[in-house]
Amino acid sequence: MNAMQLAVADGLTIAKRNALKIRRAPDLLGGVVMLPIVFVLLFTYVFGSMISLPGMSYGEYMLPGIFVLTIVTSAQITGYTLTQDLQKGIFDRFRTLPMSPSAVLTGQTISDVIMNLASVITMSLVGLLVGWRIRTSPLEALLGFVMLVLFAYAFSWVTATVALALRTPEVFNNIVTLVSFPLVFLSNAFADSSRLPGPLGVIAEWNPVSTLVQAARELFGNTSPAMPAPSAWPLRHAVPVSLLWSVVLLVVFVPLATRLYKKAVSR
Amino acid sequence: MTDAIVAEGLVKKYGAVTALDGMDLRVPEGTVLGLLGPNGAGKTTTVRILTTLLVPDAGHASVAGFDVVRDAGRLRARIGASGQYAAVDDHLTGAENLEMVGRLYHLGAKRSRERARELLERFDLAGAADRPVQGYSGGMRRRLDLAGALVADPPVLFLDEPTTGLDPRARIGLWEVIGELVAAGTTVLLTTQYLEEADRLADRIAVVDGGRVIALGTADELKSQVGGDRIELSVATAAGLATAARTLAPLAAGDLRVDDAALRVTIPVDDGPATLTSALGRLAAEQVTVRDVGLRRPTLDDVFLTLTGHQAGHTTKELSR
Repeated sequence: MNAMQLAVADGLTIAKRNALKIRRAPDLLGGVVMLPIVFVLLFTYVFGSMISLPGMSYGEYMLPGIFVLTIVTSAQITGYTLTQDLQKGIFDRFRTLPMSPSAVLTGQTISDVIMNLASVITMSLVGLLVGWRIRTSPLEALLGFVMLVLFAYAFSWVTATVALALRTPEVFNNIVTLVSFPLVFLSNAFADSSRLPGPLGVIAEWNPVSTLVQAARELFGNTSPAMPAPSAWPLRHAVPVSLLWSVVLLVVFVPLATRLYKKAVSR
Repeated sequence: MTDAIVAEGLVKKYGAVTALDGMDLRVPEGTVLGLLGPNGAGKTTTVRILTTLLVPDAGHASVAGFDVVRDAGRLRARIGASGQYAAVDDHLTGAENLEMVGRLYHLGAKRSRERARELLERFDLAGAADRPVQGYSGGMRRRLDLAGALVADPPVLFLDEPTTGLDPRARIGLWEVIGELVAAGTTVLLTTQYLEEADRLADRIAVVDGGRVIALGTADELKSQVGGDRIELSVATAAGLATAARTLAPLAAGDLRVDDAALRVTIPVDDGPATLTSALGRLAAEQVTVRDVGLRRPTLDDVFLTLTGHQAGHTTKELSR
């Protein structure tokens, strides 16, 4: 086997390990399956019954926002698992094996993106039950799901980087919650960002989460001609800008996480 | 005989703290070297360098003929390592843990599965093979960790405090397993702060303090540095003590020590058992009542104390009794 094949084979071995772990750890499994279901039902019935939008139901408007909220939350499993593993000797064992050193992080992120895919599928099915609809061609819808999963994968590398810099599960959880909530709620996920006051509106319009939510709405057809079209540049080109965001995150955070991993384990 | 492990002048600093200060080691193939020293002596740092987890600041080392820095990749295929924190995955079963290690040694799916079962059988874990490691006892986890180090049948094995924190029964169980490996010809570098463990498992012992080796030899050689056997004898009365000291002085190989408070006399001797017999005969002739008598070999505790001026960690007492 050459180096590339080794890296892939080792990455898959590690991914399998993590998948087994998630299956056996009730707290992680709850995050992957139960939390998305709760999100969809809660937001649909609590806010959906109170808020009305011109030309479409709030539930349909908001479901792409819940997709993004969930993938941002689920991508934190990557970082959380890494901080937990850092506390144990398992990375030492890996590093004394003749395995590809990059496999730990690729394996971890691959298994987590599979979990994230499971979350998105769960949410879509529950969404369909409560009135969400895909109103575009299958191809556009497929691109929508691919785009969400790609962003989830890229965001896993972001949380991996944060985790490897912070190292302890408790600190990681606190910081990441502190960052991810504003990231998701200072956006157009649950409300029209153009109606936010002054600087908050600008932040929301340039927030990658807004772009991703807007792109998902367009690709699933969850928009209404009766609602004002977004005027900010990233939101007018939501699909390409979302893909660009994912690529940029990967280009920045894959090498960064890899470097921090080497530093974190060689002490 | 070639050396399976060679370390020359290893230095490792963490900021102002010098963990290793010119560590030299040689472990001939098929032998066991015990690295004995207290916490912070540099044992674990040495093992981490030799297992490619750390890069030394100075000096060089090779294991199984491969340089630990330049040939780290090829070296890793030839070693097994088992640390003091059992590196096993709680949520995975024992079998899954070992299979994963087999896959990462690139043994292939089928061979990895077979090898996992073989090792679980051998380490008496077959009954727990399909249970998550979470429910294992401390001794079972260590055995599984050691099994993980053996998946690829490595010719060189590093055991970093393999029995620290285990209860005496689990410790003895693990010693038996390690003993079998050694008998099968594996080269082992073992670190320990248990003097009894080094004495029992190692062919040669390197006493480590302050990041370097301060003494090296077989257990017997190290003990003889401290002096040979001695007779310790307690008597019933102060008058008896004086008589005993006078009567036994001609038998001593050196200066005998009299402890008035404990009514005890310690006599260094060359030929322990024979001298003990004749000492007891002389005291009987003098009608001295003997409370307690024993022939005592110096322990590694004595060695450590003599060499370093301090005890080998908090466990010393418990093990010397």
